[in-house]
Amino acid sequence: MTFELETAAQADKLRRVAIDPISRVEGHGKVTLLLDEDNKVHQVRLHIVEFRGFERFIQGRPYWEVPVMVQRLCGICPVSHHIAASKALDVVVGARQLTPAAEKIRRLMHYGQILQSHALHFYYLSTPDLLFGFDSEVARRNIVGIAAAYPDIARQGISLRKFGQEVIRVTAGKRIHGTSSVPGGVNKSLTRDERNFLLKDVDQMIAWSHEAVRIIKQLHQSNPALYDHFGAFRSNFMSIVAPDGAMDLYHGALRASDADGRILFDQVDYQDYEQLITEEVKPWTYMKFPFLQQLGPEHGWYKVGPLARVQNCDRIPTPLAEAERKEFVAYGQGKPLHATLAYHWARMIEMLFAAETIKELLHDDDLQGTDLMRTGERRKEGIGVIEAPRGTLFHHYRVGDNDLVTMANLIVSTTNNNQAMNTAVREVAKKYLSGHEITEGLLNHIEVAIRAFDPCLSCATHALGQMPLEVTLEDCTGQLIDKVTRDTHGICHA
Amino acid sequence: MSDDSQTGTFLLDDEEIPFTRGQTVIQAARAAGKYIPHLCWHPDFKAHGSCKLCTIKANGRLGAACTLEAQDGMAVENRTPELDDKRRTLLQLLFVEGNHFCPSCEKSGNCVLQATAYDLGMMTPHFDMFYPDRPVDASHPDMLLDFNRCILCELCVQASRDVDGKNVFALSGRGIQSHLIVNAESRRLADTDFSATDRAASICPVGVILKKRVGFAIPIGERTYDAAPISQVDIAKENT
Repeated sequence: MTFELETAAQADKLRRVAIDPISRVEGHGKVTLLLDEDNKVHQVRLHIVEFRGFERFIQGRPYWEVPVMVQRLCGICPVSHHIAASKALDVVVGARQLTPAAEKIRRLMHYGQILQSHALHFYYLSTPDLLFGFDSEVARRNIVGIAAAYPDIARQGISLRKFGQEVIRVTAGKRIHGTSSVPGGVNKSLTRDERNFLLKDVDQMIAWSHEAVRIIKQLHQSNPALYDHFGAFRSNFMSIVAPDGAMDLYHGALRASDADGRILFDQVDYQDYEQLITEEVKPWTYMKFPFLQQLGPEHGWYKVGPLARVQNCDRIPTPLAEAERKEFVAYGQGKPLHATLAYHWARMIEMLFAAETIKELLHDDDLQGTDLMRTGERRKEGIGVIEAPRGTLFHHYRVGDNDLVTMANLIVSTTNNNQAMNTAVREVAKKYLSGHEITEGLLNHIEVAIRAFDPCLSCATHALGQMPLEVTLEDCTGQLIDKVTRDTHGICHA
Repeated sequence: MSDDSQTGTFLLDDEEIPFTRGQTVIQAARAAGKYIPHLCWHPDFKAHGSCKLCTIKANGRLGAACTLEAQDGMAVENRTPELDDKRRTLLQLLFVEGNHFCPSCEKSGNCVLQATAYDLGMMTPHFDMFYPDRPVDASHPDMLLDFNRCILCELCVQASRDVDGKNVFALSGRGIQSHLIVNAESRRLADTDFSATDRAASICPVGVILKKRVGFAIPIGERTYDAAPISQVDIAKENT
């Protein structure tokens, strides 16, 4: 399946412009554009150039090691992988229903993760574009520039992220790469001192999160021509939702809706995800392209993450975030918002939801519980799904009778958004770049579109052994000497 | 006066250390609250001086503190920059010979190798990694063997032979080819009489011999070396 602007005819006759690396995102990726002599765009591709191997080297390792090992995929939202792997292995150890203490401690850890990751993305990575302008002075377009021009906003962002990291520390043992979530539960509860330590700041975090929603909302309202249309495109949405349709980023069942908001499927147990989703491999990137089987590769791709979640749920179960969700939905006048920049608005609503949820959980005495582990009938296979900051995250493992992992499949949030991100950059390239003299500011428009999805490119290239691969040998002048290509079927061609 | 009660003193880094006849330098130092870095030595087992981490300089000559008997008036250098530098190199060699991935190892925080490396300020492996291919043995229903982390201390060999009376483990090969094996024709742990209650099941200072399904049960902050470095923990153990 090839989309518009994915593959140009006579590519060798076109001029190549590369954005390499894409900045202010996690991981390494690049965008290549092929232009003719009139600067008309003929091809745009988002390439993920990292090459990792988690799915393969998890094989042969003991299952209880996996939640700690896989979180090393990422230093930004390791908790997502830590918990998704634990949830998959809960199923393997027969503990799909955890103790109340264990589930709430994991929830607290996860919402701390959502808070810190969303704060990092909005304040550190995105406000330079949003507050200074996409083609503003490049030397100032960073968090240092924000701290100089908007010190209060920068301070709030740094404090929000720090608070989220502290939530993770008291629940997971460390701010980054903790170990507390284990198959069947958690290895620690919260002391009263730890709970009180977080409680003293949580109201301020809620207030600042609310302020962040106000900032992004005001930006939308001040320039609807840009915010409503920049990189906008129609697509399906997918997320997990609670049994009553409410937003729940820790646990739920799968729901997908089409571009007009009509439900495609709902309350599907994610243990059956393989019957819903297929991943397509393309020869020019290490990242796969998932799509809904019922709609096929052309029409079945979808968006995940904040924009999908805020519109896919029926309500948000905390009052301030729910009021903001209603306003967001009302802005769409009965139609789902597909504006790429609306991701930021939705993300800040989720940050507010996370802050409110953290407060609610901190007042729950179950956090000090001592019943932390469950076991049950052993199974050979388990699937864990969580709504990570960037979107729906799937972890799937098979475990042998000897306790070693025999198969791992991870579909990470950014992979779920692969086609959506490619479509966004093509829309931006068509509208802003095609036919114009290419400048740094114009190229940053492409990056702004990618950043809106908050992609984690290092997480997204975790597979090994199934990807097409091209190895080229060049001399010192760049002349090609030799080339070996492995195709999507694993066959090598010299 | 019996031989056992004969005493004397020696100098360890210029501090006077008392000893009784027959005590090695490491035994006397530890009893006096002084830490000499070590890996293969364990107070419950006979010293065999193989890891060389406890190398000290006694009267100007290098020797293993775990095998060298204390002598009256001896002058011993222990925590000198020169000796700690050599110890760091020995640790680096051990790290590159095996596959020691602390970030996902369940022994992390309880590992003598890791704790000793922290104590000696080892910042990098320095040498090229060997990346040996050492498959794990998960055949036993209760225990896992992860040979990737073996440092050839032989404590499991001694414990199984001398305490458990089973001879489950042995070292095979020579030099760089030396490796831990399981004493069964199949080379599988499941085909031995090894048990999770054996002394050998809990003696491993690194993450080779592991109880299954309990990894990461101890939270960060409560692991053996979380609160204090091994140089303090080791001495505290001696005094409890």
